[in-house]
Amino acid sequence: MDKLTIAGRELDSRLIVGTGKYADPETMLRALRASGAAMVTVAVRRVDIEHPDRDDILRYLDPEEFALLPNTAGCYTAEDAVRVARMARGTGMSDWIKLEVIGDKDTLLPDTAGLLTAARELVDEGFVVLAYTNDDLVTALRLEDLGVAAVMPLVSPIGSGLGLLNPLNIRLIKSRLDVPVIVDAGVGTASDACATMEQGVDGILMNTALAEAEDPAGMATAMRLAVEAGRAAYLAGRMAKREWAVPSSPLQGIPG
Amino acid sequence: MPEAAQSSSEDIRIEVNGEPREVAAGTSVAALLRALGLDGRTVVVELNREIVRRTEIDDMILQSEDRLELVHFVGGG
Repeated sequence: MDKLTIAGRELDSRLIVGTGKYADPETMLRALRASGAAMVTVAVRRVDIEHPDRDDILRYLDPEEFALLPNTAGCYTAEDAVRVARMARGTGMSDWIKLEVIGDKDTLLPDTAGLLTAARELVDEGFVVLAYTNDDLVTALRLEDLGVAAVMPLVSPIGSGLGLLNPLNIRLIKSRLDVPVIVDAGVGTASDACATMEQGVDGILMNTALAEAEDPAGMATAMRLAVEAGRAAYLAGRMAKREWAVPSSPLQGIPG
Repeated sequence: MPEAAQSSSEDIRIEVNGEPREVAAGTSVAALLRALGLDGRTVVVELNREIVRRTEIDDMILQSEDRLELVHFVGGG
């Protein structure tokens, strides 16, 4: 497959996966490896002082095997998101940040005003910003203007698994932006991933579709193949749709 | 942690991850991390909303009313 390049970094996969909500670390690792992902997301949270080992993802994840993309999940203001991004960079492991500024608890839809404010600040501070946003072209354009490294529109709400609800908006965003467009959130199964890639986007980030599958590694394999198939189909250029039949076999010489 | 059990006039009150704690006056950030068993881990220290670099934790002495956030990477999307 042709390579995905974000901010000058070439990734061997167009699929980026999350590390949350798996039943156990072994299940997670099997899924991550089956997905073929070169980059995985992680969250920043308080250490549990009484049980410091309990949630430490780096006990299981080797940053040499998977590039880390920290997120600002759970932040509802630009100020909080910037603060968490600085904490993530404080590990000394990455100055990349998947920026989320959430505006509503029930839908986890982004607060676009806060998102733009935080994106401006973080770009100014030298972060490589990948901005989670809704499927709105104008917000995507504003984010690109601010200098983000990638724009990450949802296709449906985080964790919903509803798939590609508005292909037109995704195609619009992809057609107008120069920076990579990575769909983040909403993909539920392999056909969603394939159809999403067929819109021409540069990649997909997913978490729940793998973590909540009956067999996460099995679904990760399906997603890897679907992303590759969707990308290949997009590059190949699909046939035109028509609302009438056209025979595939010659009309002449039918035995009769 | 032991310091909390032996409160004295030499102790100062700080806040760690939202919980009050007492430490001996003159305790460095590095010493606090050691006392909590967090030294050598991939823990990031934020002191009064400023990130403390690893190279600074030995010299950074805790002051009364300091607020610390000790964070690390966990699983997430």
